[in-house]
Amino acid sequence: MTGQDEKGPGPREPAETDASLESRLKSLDAGLKRVSSQAEAESRRESAKADSSGIGQAMRLSTEFIAGIIVGGGLGWAVDKWFGTAPFGMIVLLMLGFGAGVMNVVRAAGLMKSRADDKSSAQN
Amino acid sequence: MASPIEQFEIKPIVSFGKIGGSEIAFTNSGLFMAIAVAIIGLLFVYGTRNRSLVPGRLQALAEMGYEFVASTVKDSAGHDGMKFVPLVFSLFMFVLVCNLLGLIPGAFTVTSHLVVTAALAAIVILTVIIYGIAKHGAHFFGLFVPKGVHPLMLIILVPIEVISFVSRPISLSVRLFANLLAGHIALKIFAGFVATLVFAGGWIVLSPLPLLLTVAIVALEFLVAVLQAYVFAVLTCIYLHDALHPGH
Repeated sequence: MTGQDEKGPGPREPAETDASLESRLKSLDAGLKRVSSQAEAESRRESAKADSSGIGQAMRLSTEFIAGIIVGGGLGWAVDKWFGTAPFGMIVLLMLGFGAGVMNVVRAAGLMKSRADDKSSAQN
Repeated sequence: MASPIEQFEIKPIVSFGKIGGSEIAFTNSGLFMAIAVAIIGLLFVYGTRNRSLVPGRLQALAEMGYEFVASTVKDSAGHDGMKFVPLVFSLFMFVLVCNLLGLIPGAFTVTSHLVVTAALAAIVILTVIIYGIAKHGAHFFGLFVPKGVHPLMLIILVPIEVISFVSRPISLSVRLFANLLAGHIALKIFAGFVATLVFAGGWIVLSPLPLLLTVAIVALEFLVAVLQAYVFAVLTCIYLHDALHPGH
């Protein structure tokens, strides 16, 4: 596309005015911008695809969930040990840990983000 | 059959004596870390030596590595995140080269130890916390307060957000370590089946089957080695994005 523009008329048209040159430069500029933005969007889409493909994603989701529960349980155990509130600290924080794990997974899967994007684009 | 976890054993090479009951030594783990750093250093010093306009093979490799990380940072952390390219690039290259070095038969896999991956994750999360607080002050803790939620719900949601934040370094380090550990154990076990079947009389006819599987797992391990380094880098960028823009 740009290659054609470069090869274009050029020296074969000696009766070239500054104005027409200006307008051609502008249209070339606009064309370049369009192409680069397209390429950018494409690369972003591709990287999103690569990110969400197969094992990487599966591994990520499982560890995110387990990490939430481990941290919840660990914090509960520590709270119980420090404040002597056994077993309530463990119960409450393990539940919250499950919640955090689910939220991690939802976030990692990109569900929350896409909804936020939809909202912002609808507002725009 | 050799024990499948023997390969993860840490052996001291040069001992420097003891401090507080624990031995201070240059181990095989340290040796392979040093080899990884040397490979990365040589690749980039040697690869960028000529700085020709039309890159040679090594220069192309070095440039591809840099451009890949730079575009990942730009996509995930935004333009202000570009100041973290050196950090993300170092982490990515170190993890990648350590993972790939571990695939050489007989080599030690540095990243299959939780201490190493946890240290790398600690670097990331400490950077996020220190930079976030230095840049945004108390506003950084707005990270834990989701927007547009009823104040009563915050009693539950803020602890969940805090736990979710604390779980990040754990999932970051455990994922890398578990993938590498599991992969290497599986590889060793299936390779062990080949030897066992060869020496089991008539069962020798079955021995090509685990051999084929071993070859397939080696290919999978190469994929995992690169993929996990990439995932580590991407997640680092996502967490850094939170440090840059804590208000979601």
